[in-house]
This record gives sequence, structure tokens and C-alpha cells, in this order.
Amino acid sequence: MPVSRALHRRRRIVNLLGLTVATLATLFGLVWLVWILGVTLANGIGAVDAKLFTEMTPPPGESGGLLNAIVGSAIEIALGVLFGTPVGVMAGTWLAEYAQVRALAGTIRFLNDILLSAPSIVIGLFVYALVVRPSGHFSGWAGGVALALVLLPVVVRTSDETMRLVPATMREAALALGAPKWRMVTQVIWPAARTGISTGILLAIARISGETAPLLFTALNNQYWTVNPADPIANIPVVIFQFALSPYDQWHRLAWAGALLMTVVVLALSVGARAALRRSR
Amino acid sequence: MADGETRPGEAAHDARAEGSGAAQVEIRNLEFFYGATRALKGITLDMPARQVTALIGPSGCGKSTLLRVLNRMYDLYPGQRATGEVLLDGINILDAAIDLNELRSRVGMVFQKPTPFPMSIYDNIAFGVKLHERLSRSQMDERVEWSLTRAALWEEVKDRLSSSSMGLSGGQQQRLCIARTIAVRPEVILLDEPTSALDPISTLRIEELIDELKRDFTIAIVTHNMQQAARCADQVALFYLGELVEIGSATQMFTAPRERRTQDYITGRFG
Repeated sequence: MPVSRALHRRRRIVNLLGLTVATLATLFGLVWLVWILGVTLANGIGAVDAKLFTEMTPPPGESGGLLNAIVGSAIEIALGVLFGTPVGVMAGTWLAEYAQVRALAGTIRFLNDILLSAPSIVIGLFVYALVVRPSGHFSGWAGGVALALVLLPVVVRTSDETMRLVPATMREAALALGAPKWRMVTQVIWPAARTGISTGILLAIARISGETAPLLFTALNNQYWTVNPADPIANIPVVIFQFALSPYDQWHRLAWAGALLMTVVVLALSVGARAALRRSR
Repeated sequence: MADGETRPGEAAHDARAEGSGAAQVEIRNLEFFYGATRALKGITLDMPARQVTALIGPSGCGKSTLLRVLNRMYDLYPGQRATGEVLLDGINILDAAIDLNELRSRVGMVFQKPTPFPMSIYDNIAFGVKLHERLSRSQMDERVEWSLTRAALWEEVKDRLSSSSMGLSGGQQQRLCIARTIAVRPEVILLDEPTSALDPISTLRIEELIDELKRDFTIAIVTHNMQQAARCADQVALFYLGELVEIGSATQMFTAPRERRTQDYITGRFG
């Protein structure tokens, strides 16, 4: 019938238009990502050499590496995970297993989501006021606390959500054997949610690896070698920030190398976390 | 315990099992409420020791609710409460002073869907046992073997006790759950539609198992399957809208029911 044929043609055209617009929008988004990755790779790869991992950040005009910043970042991230993960998992456990008053749990989840999207510079300033000012100096400890606060809401949310995905019958089965609730939670629910919780922790690590603002006001930076968290401590994001703003070519090269290094680590963590999650499902 | 049986690990178990044994359950004028809704109305019935009592009836009739009263599972959920008396060897388990963990070690439960814990086959069994007893490694090995043997699963899993229970088939998982329940050596076993998620072969194995287990345990089974009730049960109780319509021996219920509603239900005219 002619009417129907016209209708179908119109639909084909609308469909084609919609598809084109959607594809272009996707490409528009991807272009920037590929561009960023490409430029980082192109500029960074030339600056990666053995010295990067064996020498300290140099004074202007001299050659050097990022060893102190790499180790410092590792320490800061480890402190963040150490402080943030236990609290996060416990809070998530409380929300998923113990919160009896629905409204209270809802409010806490809402506040946690706000913390999740809080600008990290606010967290940096908060820890500056909380730890740096009273102690009188910048320190690795303060940096660890700041990163923990960034990591915390991610871990709370993923633990809470993965534990709530564990079927209620699993809980009943454990309790039906005569298990007290804490045993049910620690020996049945945690193992059942283990993959989800560790994925959340990995994603949170990926998130804090690149954070600059919380460290800028807390750990600051250190030109020299230190592994003592009581001192200001070097770290890749702040080194990138300072070196990229400097007028020295050698510093620029190191900033690119640091950016590439961080991108690769974050990418590997994210891909690894998602792969682990997929495998478990 | 098991008369004349010579299964591995069982001889050592017998001595320990002397004290426990199947218990009798007497339910007196039991009422159950979900909030304001009355789900069980004045239920009075006995479950004799070492017998299988099948609870049948259409969905929502209260049979699963009754099962969840017997191990106080409903305590988990605020707003649910029971009145009346449920006597386990003469002790009222509805009493607020009852230790729920101890009660649940005496009244085990197997659920509709298999609920293996995300741990090894061995640890699944050991989990429940460790809650109530301190056993040496070799005693625990024995207990694991004994319970898996009783659940007719030992031969299939004896070479992979340390592998994950999640790799077992549905029927094997359900037998694992039964093994886990009897490993605690309860007196009563509650089975909530234990075969409804299983294939016919697995169902048959579980039914044979029930027949075997009733020599040592008092068993209550909820089922939607009339043939299953006829095959497994010593006595059958029909529930409808929260009331106990009729209770009698399986033979009597299926051949000469006293109540019209029983006849209608078992012949498939309602439900």
C-alpha cells in the first residue's frame, strides 16, 4: 500500500538520521580521549628511560628521573588504601547488613554519594585544616588521609551494593545452621561479595592515583628522597603539576613521562578491575 | 544411631551421637502474623519423631510459614510474630528466652534453591559444625565424610573436597546443603520444597535420601508435588488459607480423605 510504503520510507530516513547523529556524538567523545592518550603517548614515550626509575627529580637544567615521586606516590596510595578501605568496607557492611531504619540508611547513602562527587580540592583543603595546620607542616600522613577521604565513598558504595546483591537465602541458610550474625557476615557474605568489593577497591585506587588537589595541600612535594610519611613526600601528580608549569625543557619531558606512567597504571587497574568483575559474573 | 550401617566414619560418630536423637514436635494453637495479617490460624498438630510429615496446600496457605516458625527464621524480619506453643521435646521454642543459635543447631533447614556458600565443599560442611563444636582436624574429616555419605554425595565429591562448591550441579549442591544441615546433627530437619528447582533424577535421589534420613531425624517437608508427598511422607497435613484442613497418614489422606477440600486438592480441583 502506498501509504504504508511512504511511512516506512520516512521511518528509514529518521532511523538513518538518528543513527548518524548518535555515531557522530560517540566519535566526538572518543576523539578527545584518543587525542589525550595519543599526545601523552607521543610525548611521554621518548622521555621514558632507565633513569626515570633510578634517579631523583632533578634541579632545573640537569637530567634525572622520577624515582622519589614514584615511590612517594606508592606510599601515599598505600596509606590512602590502608586508612580508607577498612572504614569503607565496614561502613558498606553496616549499610547492607545492619541498617534497620530504612530512612537512616537512605540518608547515609545519599550523603555518601555527595562525598563521592565532592571536588577533590575541597577534600585537600579540609585535610589541610584538619591535619596540616595543627601539625604545622605538610606531611605524607596528611596526604594519605586526604586520599583515604577520596577513596572512602567509592569503597562504601561498591561494598554496600555488592553485599546487597547477595541473595537473602544465603543469609537465611547461614543463620539456619545456627550462625550468629557476625559470622554470617564475615564468613559467608564477605566471601560472596569478595570480587565486587575488591573491584571497588581497585577502581578507587585508580581514582586516587591521579588525584593532585588533595596532595597539593597535604603531602605537597619533596625534591629529595624520603619514605618517611612525617615529611612532605614527592608524588607523581604534584610533580607533573609543578614541572609542567615550569619553563624548563627537561622538566617538561619528565612531566610527560610521569603523565604516561600514571595513565598506563590507571588504565591497567581499571581494565583489570572490570575484567575481574566480568569473570566473576 | 544408624542401625547396622558400616559406612566410613560412622562408627566413631555413633558414640558422640548417643545424646542427641530425633525429637518430637508438638504444635499447640499456633497463630502467626505478618504485621496485621494472620497467616496461620490456630494450628495444632504433632510431628512424631523419626517420621516424615509433609505439609501440602496451595501457594500462600501458610505451610512455608509454619516451617519458618519451627526454627524461628521469622525472627529475622521485624513485624512477624507467632503466638501459641511449639514444643520441641517438651520445651516451648517460641519462648523469648530461647537461644536461637542453639535452637537452629537442633532444627536444621534446607531451602528451595540450593544455597552453597562460596567456599570449598569441605568448608561448606565444616562451617556449620564449627559453630557448635570444637573438633580436631581428623574428627572434622570424619564428620565431613559421614555427612556427605549420608547425603549420598561422598562418592561424587571425595576427590575434590577442596574445590569450590559453586562448581557442583544443582542436584549435587542441594545434597551438599542437606549434608551441611545433617553435619550439625540436628534433631529435626525442615525441607522447604527441596526438589522444586531440580531435575527428575536429582529429585528421585533426594527422595530416596529423605527415606533414609528419617531413621535418625524428624523431618518436615513442604511440597507442591502430590506424588512426592505420597512417596516420602508418613503423615500429610493439608493447609488452606492459614488453616489446617486435615492431617492423617499418607495412605489415609490419599485414598480416603475425610474432608471434601482434601479430596478436591489432591485430585487437582483447586489450588
